[in-house]
Amino acid sequence: MSDVTHSRPRTLFEKLWDSHVVAQLPDGSALLYIDRHIVHEVSSPQAFVAMRESGRALRRPETHLAVADHAVPTRSRGGEIADPLARSQVAELEANVAEFAVPYAEITGPEQGIVHVIGPETGFTLPGTTIACGDSHTTTHGAFGALAFGVGASEQGTIMAAQCLPQPPMKSMKVELLGERHPLVSAKDIALALIARIGSNGALGHAVEYAGDAVRSMAMAERMTLCNMTIEAGSRMGLVAPDETTLAFLEGRRLAPKGALWDQALAYWRTLPSDPGAVYDKVVTLDVAGLEPQVSWGTSPNQTLPIGASVPDPGDIADPVVRRETEKALAYMGLTPGQRLDTVPVDVVFIGSCTNGRIEDLRAAAAILQGRKVAPGVTALVVPGSAATRRAAEAEGLDRVFREAGFEWRFAGCSLCVAMNDDRLAPGQRCASTSNRNFEGRQGPGGRTHLMSPAMAAAAAVTGRLADVREFA
Amino acid sequence: MPADKFTRVSGKAAAMPEDNIDTDIIYPARFLLITARKGLGNYAFHDRRFAADGSEVAGYVLNDPEFREAPVIVAGANFGSGSSREQAVWALHGLGTRVVISTGFGEIFFGNCLRNGIVPIVVAEAELAELMAAAAAGRAFTVDLESETLVVGNRTLGFALPPERRLALLNGWDETDQVINQHGAEIDAFEAGQRAVQPWLYA
Repeated sequence: MSDVTHSRPRTLFEKLWDSHVVAQLPDGSALLYIDRHIVHEVSSPQAFVAMRESGRALRRPETHLAVADHAVPTRSRGGEIADPLARSQVAELEANVAEFAVPYAEITGPEQGIVHVIGPETGFTLPGTTIACGDSHTTTHGAFGALAFGVGASEQGTIMAAQCLPQPPMKSMKVELLGERHPLVSAKDIALALIARIGSNGALGHAVEYAGDAVRSMAMAERMTLCNMTIEAGSRMGLVAPDETTLAFLEGRRLAPKGALWDQALAYWRTLPSDPGAVYDKVVTLDVAGLEPQVSWGTSPNQTLPIGASVPDPGDIADPVVRRETEKALAYMGLTPGQRLDTVPVDVVFIGSCTNGRIEDLRAAAAILQGRKVAPGVTALVVPGSAATRRAAEAEGLDRVFREAGFEWRFAGCSLCVAMNDDRLAPGQRCASTSNRNFEGRQGPGGRTHLMSPAMAAAAAVTGRLADVREFA
Repeated sequence: MPADKFTRVSGKAAAMPEDNIDTDIIYPARFLLITARKGLGNYAFHDRRFAADGSEVAGYVLNDPEFREAPVIVAGANFGSGSSREQAVWALHGLGTRVVISTGFGEIFFGNCLRNGIVPIVVAEAELAELMAAAAAGRAFTVDLESETLVVGNRTLGFALPPERRLALLNGWDETDQVINQHGAEIDAFEAGQRAVQPWLYA
C-alpha cells in the first residue's frame, strides 16, 4: 500500500485499483478488497441464503448499508405493502439485516432512498474506496473518486463473507468534456450524446474517467448522473477525480470522517487525481459547446438524437444489421421513419431514479414547471431519490410547484425506472423519463421509454410531446 | 454455494441474431420480486416467448420444438448487457442453457455466467455469422471446457476463459470458499495495513 513507491505516473483508476489489491491471482486477475457494500431487497436475498447455508457471519457487518428501494410503493409510506411479493421481499431484507447485524435505513426512516442516492447523502460513499452493490448503476459512486461497480448476488455473498472479490484486469479510458454548454443542457444530455457516439458497448472492459473543464464545473449531482450512465456505454466503472466540490459535498455528512480523521482523509484524497502524464488505453474527447438537448428514440440508450432531429429512416441505412435493429426499434417504439422527435406525443412523464432523482434535478424540472401546467391527458409523477431529497425539496417549496403544475408528489424509491413495483406503463404507453434505460419492457411490458434530462421531461409534461426545453428559457 | 460443474455439453443451438439482448429481455424486471434462484426457467425470455394472454408466440426460436431444449444460445453483440441481475443467468440455467456464444457480453453478466455453470464464449464477428447460420440450420454444437474447444461439424474453434474461472467451473468450486481458504491470511494482512494508513475506514 503506502510503502510502495510509484515512479510511473498513474491514473486515478490505477491508484484506486493498486491500493485495494489483496493478492495477484495467477490468471492476471486481482483479489480486490471491498471497503463498502450497499444492499437492497431485490438482489440480496440469495446472498444471505448462501451465508446462512455456509454458516458464516459477515466479516465486517459495519461496512454494509441496506435499504429497500426497488420494490417499495411510492404513493404512500408506512403501513402494509399491498403487493404480497414486494411485501415479502422487503420483510426478508428486514429479517436478514437483523440476523446478520447489517446497518439498515428503515423504510419509514429519514435516510431511506435509492441505494445510489443515499450512499453519497449519508457519507457512506467516500473517495478512495471500493464500493460494490448488486446493481449495475453502482457506477454512480465513482463521481466521488471511488472504484464502484455492480456485482451479482453470488459476488455479494463473497463480499459478505470475505470482504474481497476476484476481479479481471481492466483497461482505462479518459473521456474529456470540453467547452461551455448551454445552461439548459445537462449532464444527462452529455451522457446520452456520449453513448450515442461510442455505442452501448463502447466502453466495455474499460474504467472510464471523466475529465476536462466541463466536468470540473459540474456539481456532484451532475457528476453522479454522468457516472451513473457509464454502464449504458458498457463500462462497470465511471470515475471523476475528487476536488474541492467533492470535499465540500462530503464534509459533515453523518458517515464522513470527522475532526483529525477528516484532515487525514483529506490529505489522502488529494493524492488520488491522475498524475500529469498518466497514460490511458483510450481517450475520447467531446466538445459540449453547441450540444443540443438529447432524447432517446429507440430501445437502447445509444439510439439517441438531438431533440431537433428526426428519427432515422431504415431505408437510408446501408448496414443490414443496423437497418434491421432500427426497424425493430421503430416498430417497438411506434414511430414512423423520418418523424420529427419534437412531434412525438407522450402519455406519461417520470422524473426521478438513481440517475436524476436528486435535489438539483428536481430544481431543474421545477424551474420549467413554475407557473405552468401539465398538458391535458398526460400523467406526470416526480419521485424524489431519497427521503432526504424529498424533505429538502419540501423545504424549498418545490413540492408545491410540482403539485400545482399537476404532478404527483411521491415518496422515495425506484418507481417507474424499473417495472417491479406499483408503477409501470401500460402496453403502448409512451413515457418521457429521466431514468437510465429505454430497454423493451423496462417500464412495463410494451411500454415505450424516451430518456432525457429532468428539464426536458418537464418540457414534455407541459407540451404533451417531446419538446426542446430551450424554448422555455 | 457449490457451483455447477461443467465439462462437456453437446446439442443444438438457438440462434438469436439481434444485438443488445439485455438482461431485462432475458429476465423481465417484474419477476425480480421472486426471491428463489431455482425454477426461474419459465421466466427466461418471458416477454419474447409468451404473448400477454400467456400463449406462446409462434415463430420465436425457443418456441420451436427443434430448439426448445437447445443447451446453446448463439446471440448478437453485447448479449446480457444492462442490469446486474443474476436472475438472468439463473433463468437461463433453469431453461437448460449451458453455453452462450456472442461477440461480446455485458461484463457483470459474463461473471455471473462463470459462477453458475454457464460457459460464455466470445468469438469474432465472422465466426459469429458462421455459427449463427449453423445454429439456424440445426447443426450440433459441442463445447468441451477441458480442451476449450467448440466443435460444429468439421469446424473446431478454440476459446479461452479466465484460467481460474475455468478451473472452478471444471471442478464445481465455490468462489467464496476459494477466496477464504486460499487468501485468509492475506486479507488479514491487508486490513491491518489499511487500518494503519486509512483509519477513517475503520472508525
